[in-house]
Amino acid sequence: MLKKNEIAVVGAAETTRLGVIPDMSNIQLHADCALNAMADAGLKPSDIDGIACAGESPTNMAHYLGLTPKWVDGTAVGGCSFMIHVRHAAAAISAGLCTTVLITHGESGKSQIGLNRAPPSRQSLMGQFEMPYGVYGPPSMFTVPVLRMMKETGLTEEHLATVATIQREWSSQNPRAMMKDLCSVDDVLNSRMIAWPFRLFMCCLVTDGGGALILTSADRAKDMPQKPVYIMGTGESVETPMISQMADFTRSRAFRVAGPTAFAAAGIKHADVDHLMIYDAFAHLPIYGLEDLGFVGRGEAGPFIMERNTAPGGKLPMNTNGGGLSYTHTGMYGMFALQESVRQMRGTAPAQVKGAKISVCHGVGGMFAASGTIVFTNEA
Amino acid sequence: MSESKRPLPQPTPETKHFWEGTKAGEIRLQRCDDCANVYFPPRPFCPGCASRNVSVFAASGKARLFSYVIHHRPAPGFTPPYAIAVVELEEGPRLMTNIVGCPQTPEALPLDMALVPHFEKMNDDITLPLFQPAKG
Ligand SMILES: [Zn+2]
Repeated sequence: MLKKNEIAVVGAAETTRLGVIPDMSNIQLHADCALNAMADAGLKPSDIDGIACAGESPTNMAHYLGLTPKWVDGTAVGGCSFMIHVRHAAAAISAGLCTTVLITHGESGKSQIGLNRAPPSRQSLMGQFEMPYGVYGPPSMFTVPVLRMMKETGLTEEHLATVATIQREWSSQNPRAMMKDLCSVDDVLNSRMIAWPFRLFMCCLVTDGGGALILTSADRAKDMPQKPVYIMGTGESVETPMISQMADFTRSRAFRVAGPTAFAAAGIKHADVDHLMIYDAFAHLPIYGLEDLGFVGRGEAGPFIMERNTAPGGKLPMNTNGGGLSYTHTGMYGMFALQESVRQMRGTAPAQVKGAKISVCHGVGGMFAASGTIVFTNEA
Repeated sequence: MSESKRPLPQPTPETKHFWEGTKAGEIRLQRCDDCANVYFPPRPFCPGCASRNVSVFAASGKARLFSYVIHHRPAPGFTPPYAIAVVELEEGPRLMTNIVGCPQTPEALPLDMALVPHFEKMNDDITLPLFQPAKG
């Protein structure tokens, strides 16, 4: 079994630029951040013997980057694929299948150059039982359970708006964030209606960019240039590709498997967590995440955020890069949440949480379809 | 609405009975003969116990409005704003659909509102199971 702190992140980088990058295709965005991560770790392509990626196949990336891997992982379950890659890579290194794994994400989400996305077949279950009803991208699907959540738990539109305003407080401290201007609850509630009750500022950005991580054993990490960030615990799960078939509209089963699995492996309690990332494709995701991971009770996440517990100066700083709502969101944002956790553990984040020792990074894939959770620490 | 541009389903061997059912004015579900689990979407085995002993039956059609959004952006075949809804059938399974026969507003679409099917013929092969408020 994978042991706590046995594996470390030794390289981490995003694409040189973020936001609108019309001069790079999807695969080059993967490569741009991969080259930056190798430079960060002081490694050459010949040092990498494992590759994991989503959005491009491992075959595409190994060929493009000139790698000869002896371990590959093409798990592609949406935006949390990279959390799951971290988990699989840690297990593979621990088992001796390879020594040094590169995980890449790049996505030309805004400029749409060289994307490898195919719409669901009309013969698929989603094609037969969801696509005919006017669903049109994640804003029209991921949001569908929320009215039920509001009725059953007391979640309000103001709670959802406050998720966005507080993340803007974080992004205002981040020079690389796409949206940096502070906004009010009224600004959010008066922004353009997308899919009632969701307004524009409750929905993620659409950008170009990427990020890459390099993992190796904690033993090897000692001789490498960066402060190691250890993998303390991990979890993963999937539920359903169809939002309409989510078993409970007020809870994510995938969250409730991945999160506790990671906490148990790390041997931590909620009070031990200094920094938290919860993938926020839409404003309700941190609400579900806080409740499903057990940071707060049912119906308590909205008030918890309104009471500024996750804001700058709060006891549980969350989405400190500004999140998918305000920092960047290429389509599969999970890699950017991981990058921010690593920066916080290295002590190099623009909005650094002073003295943070444990960071939890929780991702979602598809529309509550999948989940991956990583617990990081900077103490061996 | 110019309904013709909706992306219509293409039935497969495992779902053919469902789409034959909507043409006949029925919502056909499946029930496990071994554990009595009622499930959707269609498949020729029970996702509760893996039994292949399953039967097709017609649901009552009685449903309640379980959750929805009112989409404000254009989509092929739809004129915004329109509700994308999930309804819960009396027998338990939920399905995505549209709600017709009432304004597409939060006021006209209270959660748990009683609904009945409205079978909308799209072409000779496909009839979609939409829903409308139950009368009385
Ligand atoms: Zn059964």
